[in-house]
Formats: sequence, C-alpha cells, structure tokens
Amino acid sequence: MSKELSYLEAIREALAEEMRRDPKVFVLGEDVGAYGGAFGVTQGLHEEFGDLRVVDTPISESAIVGISIGAAVRGYRPVAEMQFADFISCGFDQIVNQAATLRFRYGGRATVPIVVRAPSGGNVGGGLYHSQNPEAWFVHRPGLKVVAPSTPFDAKGLLKAAIRDDNPVVYFEHKYLYRRAKGPVPEGDEIVPIGVAATRREGRDATLVAYGAMMTPSLEAADRLAKEGVEVEVIDLRTLLPFDRDAIFRSLDKTSRALIVHEDVKTLGIGAEISAVIMEEKFDALDAPVMRVAYPDTHPPFSHILEAANLPNADTIAAALRKLSEY
Amino acid sequence: MPPIKRTKFKLSSDQLLEMFYWLKLIRAFDLRLSTLVKQGKVRSGVYTGIGQEAIIVGTCFGLRREDFVCPLHRDLGAFLMKGVDARTMMSQMFAKTTGLSKGRDSALHSGVHELGIFGNTSMLGANLPVAAGLGYTFKMEKSDNVVVAYFGEGASNVGDFHEALNFAGVQQLPIVFICENNQYAYSVPLEKTMAIDDVAIRAEGYGFDGVAINGNDVLAVYQATQGALARARGGDGPTLIECKTYRWHGHSEHDKAFYRTDEELAMWKSRDPIPTFTTYLRARHVLDDQKLKEIEAKVESTIEDAVEFASNAPDPAPEDAVSDLYA
Repeated sequence: MSKELSYLEAIREALAEEMRRDPKVFVLGEDVGAYGGAFGVTQGLHEEFGDLRVVDTPISESAIVGISIGAAVRGYRPVAEMQFADFISCGFDQIVNQAATLRFRYGGRATVPIVVRAPSGGNVGGGLYHSQNPEAWFVHRPGLKVVAPSTPFDAKGLLKAAIRDDNPVVYFEHKYLYRRAKGPVPEGDEIVPIGVAATRREGRDATLVAYGAMMTPSLEAADRLAKEGVEVEVIDLRTLLPFDRDAIFRSLDKTSRALIVHEDVKTLGIGAEISAVIMEEKFDALDAPVMRVAYPDTHPPFSHILEAANLPNADTIAAALRKLSEY
Repeated sequence: MPPIKRTKFKLSSDQLLEMFYWLKLIRAFDLRLSTLVKQGKVRSGVYTGIGQEAIIVGTCFGLRREDFVCPLHRDLGAFLMKGVDARTMMSQMFAKTTGLSKGRDSALHSGVHELGIFGNTSMLGANLPVAAGLGYTFKMEKSDNVVVAYFGEGASNVGDFHEALNFAGVQQLPIVFICENNQYAYSVPLEKTMAIDDVAIRAEGYGFDGVAINGNDVLAVYQATQGALARARGGDGPTLIECKTYRWHGHSEHDKAFYRTDEELAMWKSRDPIPTFTTYLRARHVLDDQKLKEIEAKVESTIEDAVEFASNAPDPAPEDAVSDLYA
C-alpha cells in the first residue's frame, strides 16, 4: 500500500486491472475512447484494449445502458459511463425497468452484471445539469445496488467489487473528489465489499453518517466539535443500497444521537430513509431526534455564491452537531 | 427504398409442414388464451398476435439455438419456436411457479437466455438497445450468430428505436430488425403517429437497408428474413424488414377495438395467413386431409395438455413476492 493515487486515477486503475483480469469486462460511453473521457477517467484504456473493448458510443444514454444489459445477458461485464450523473435520467428506463427487474421477472434464472458509472456532485461550478446528486432515485429501486465512494481506496475497491458483482450497480463517483482526494489504494485482488460502511472517526457522543464529498466537511466539523469536548463518530456509508444498518446501529448504541449529512436534496434523500429505519429499530437507543443536513430542495445553481449557499459545509454541519449534542 | 436481395430457398415438404404446424399452434395458443381470459382463468396480460403469426413463423424458422430473439408482447410463438415448451408458456400466463417468471410477471416479460430468448419489459422498443448489446457481443466474438429483434410500428416512434438502430448501423451489427406493422398503436392508427407510409424507410437514416413486405405471407417473410440473416451472418450488418399485418383482436383482450371498422377487420381477415398457406400447401400436394387432421390433433393435444398442466401447477408462495431480487 505504498502507492498513492488520486480518486480519478484509482477509478482508472480499477478499470484497467479488471479489464486485464477478465476479458469479459469492457467499457462504453460518450468520449471514453481515444479521447479518454470527459474527465480523463478512461485515458490509456483505448490504447491498451482497443476499439472493441473501449467503445465510443453516440450520445445515446438509454442505448448505452441497454447495450450493457444485452452484453451482460451473454456473460459480459460492461462498465457504462454516463458522462455526467445528470444525464443518467436519459438512461433511467433501462436501469430501473430493464436491468433492475430482470432477475425478478426471470424467476431468478438470470443475472445482469452491469456497472453504470455516474460522475455526480457539485462544488465544481457546473450549474443545473453538471452538478446533480440523483442517487436517491436508484436507492428507491429494488434490484439495484448503489455505491458512492469518498476515498481513492474505496473508489478502486468498490469499482472492482461492482464489476465482479452479478447485480446491476450504479456507481456514483464524485467529481469534486477526482483530483482533490489522494491516498493509498488496494493492490492486487483486494476489493472493498459492497454493503459495508467504514468508521472514519471514533466517538462516543454523536454519530454522523455521510458519504461521497460530504465526508471532508463532516470530518472537519467533527474535529471542531472535538475541540469543544464532543466526540463525534463519523461513518462513511460507501454503499447506499443496501446500506449498512448494523454499522449505524452499533454506533448509536454508543452515542444515542444521529446526524445524517448528504449533498442530495433533503426531501426523500437517503437521510429520510436512514432516519426512518433508526426510528423503527433503534428508537429506544435515542436521546435526541435524528437530524439532517442536506441540500435544500432546489436545483444546483451556476453562481458560486448561490451554490455555496446550498452546499452543506463544515460550519453548517458543526452547527447541527452542536444542536444534536446539546439536545 | 433500397432493394433487398431476393434469396433463393428450398424448403422440404417436412419443413413446410413444420411451418404450418407452428402457424396453427401459435394461433390456437392465442385463441385459447383469449378464452381463458373471458373465463377468468387468466387474469390479464394477454396481448394476442392473432393474424400476425406468419411473421414469427417466417422469421424464427430455422434459427439456431445460439441466435437471439428479442420478441415483443405479441410474440408468444417466438418463445415456442425457440424451444420453450407449451406447458411452461401456459404456466407463465397462469402466473404459476412453473412459468418463466414464477408468477412475478405475466406474458412475455421473461426470457430464457440459454435458448437465446430475451424478455422485454412493457416499455416498447426498450428491447432494441438490448438487441444491439447482444449483437455487439457476437461482433466482439467474430461469431456468425445473429439477433432477431421485434418491434411494432408504434415502437418505432420511441427514442430507444433510434438509439439502437443508429448504433447497430454504425457498428454494422448482426441484427435483423423486424417491424410488425399491425396498423395501430393500441387505438391510434398509423397515420396519426408517423408522416410516412413505410417504417422500412427509416432504415436508410441508419445506413442500412429496409424493406416492406407482406407480413401475412409466411414464405415472403421467410424469404426476406433468410436474405437478411445471410447478410448479418456474413458481417454485412443489419437489415430492417417491415412486415405489414393486422391484429384481429384489440390491443389486449380487454380492448374491444371500437376505433376500427368491421369492414377493415373483414378485409384483413380475408388475408389470414393460415388459409393462404394451406391453399399453397394443398396445391403443392404437401398437405392433404389426413396430414391436416394429424397436425390439428397434435395442436389440440398440445394446448389441452398445457392448460391441464398449468391449471394444476402450484401457485407461488406469498413470501416469493420479495425473492429473486438479487443474485
């Protein structure tokens, strides 16, 4: 684990290693070929693996997913790139109706091992259609798995796990982290299992649950609270469907207080579900109402001033933690 | 419209009689389903292809097991001809555990990948990108297997149609696109949904040939398909064959189809593919009264056996409503 990579390089390395390991793995999407992808994630893959396994597609998100499903039916493990997660709505039907239901309507006789990579998230000046966090749409659909790594280690390890998984996986990679997050990555055959959260900081006074680019301000807020004598346990969900209930419950047994932070909008974001599950199953452990810090119910604006007003940050998260711990 | 090469073919008497058997079996199966709906024994989800059988028989006849078909919701015959037995298909309609979906869904929303059958969703045209993906894998493998993908003229207005046929044209995929133009998209006649007479001309926009043929003539369908299959197997890319036809029943068995005239229905019934083919076979001395009686008896016993089997097959257990979601 001596090597350090950026989050983006970690995704690329996972793709390259899986393509070398398994000839059934291939990638497809807009500009993923010789150009190397809009963000450069697939750079070098076309040179190494050629036209047939690194497929430049027309602007056809629905077909990109549908083609992936067809290939998966024949035993391939395609990795489809949505250029921006915002565009995934154009491929929505193939994901939620074709892929997610297939095993169910086949009576368990088939699998759909596809990965849909979706570069998501704001704080990059992208405006309405290059900043969205549409993960809750897919968390709401049985038959799918949804992951959202926050570190290079998880970016690589979860992508490898997603490619090897026999179910359709929507892989949200946060654009803000592409070149800002750097760190060690798993080597060789090591993966990060889907469905297992990571505790990023131990604490006894409150539990903070977050994922993706929200981990950085969450950990910063936890540091600030520590200086005020409040020890916050910070859980990185990593997988949103199925999310790791046990990790949250174990932490709540210690802390009795929960805050959920996400960049997706508040109404029916994953925080709503986690909160409901805590209420149903861990009500007796709680000393305070479950709280949320999330994006307001609006669209990601282009203006830096407007976007900053919407994004959760260390100040807003710390304020919520204070309120939670004092309750 | 570009010309399609006429392909010479020679079918033995046995092959012609086999075609005849399939026409009769598929017709009888759908007629029985129609009755079963009226009797309340099949709940719903019955979309018959009565009147359109020549298309399935002419296109599926002689396909390899490895070739894939992507049938639409009226193409129950494609399942039978590709090797699913009548008992299983009847069980599917009865929502029994012995059906393809084990009761999870009705009709043709399931498939058997080992037999080269992909089951579509209710989103018409959504099978076409999947067909493109299947075809892409044959191209990667330099295989001479093909995909036969079905859609109605109504589905040719869906975005997936464009995305799939465009990709298939760009990549020169081994796919035969079969348009079953039965004149109505549910209740809406063709002239209200497209400004052209022939869906076949849409192929020109994707860089391959399209041809419009009499879809009620099983040998015309077979001949055109053989030409398109030879082209696909030889690496010369896709073909679109538009089969002009008419569905005798409503969109579903609940639709009384008041939107069309008795005269129009009578005119199309006079073009019934089965008597036309019967006359041909008798004139060629392939079919006589004795053989006809044998075939009809075989059809009758197959249907009776399937209904008997499905009626007595076990219902799904309530807990199976939430199983087979994940591999």
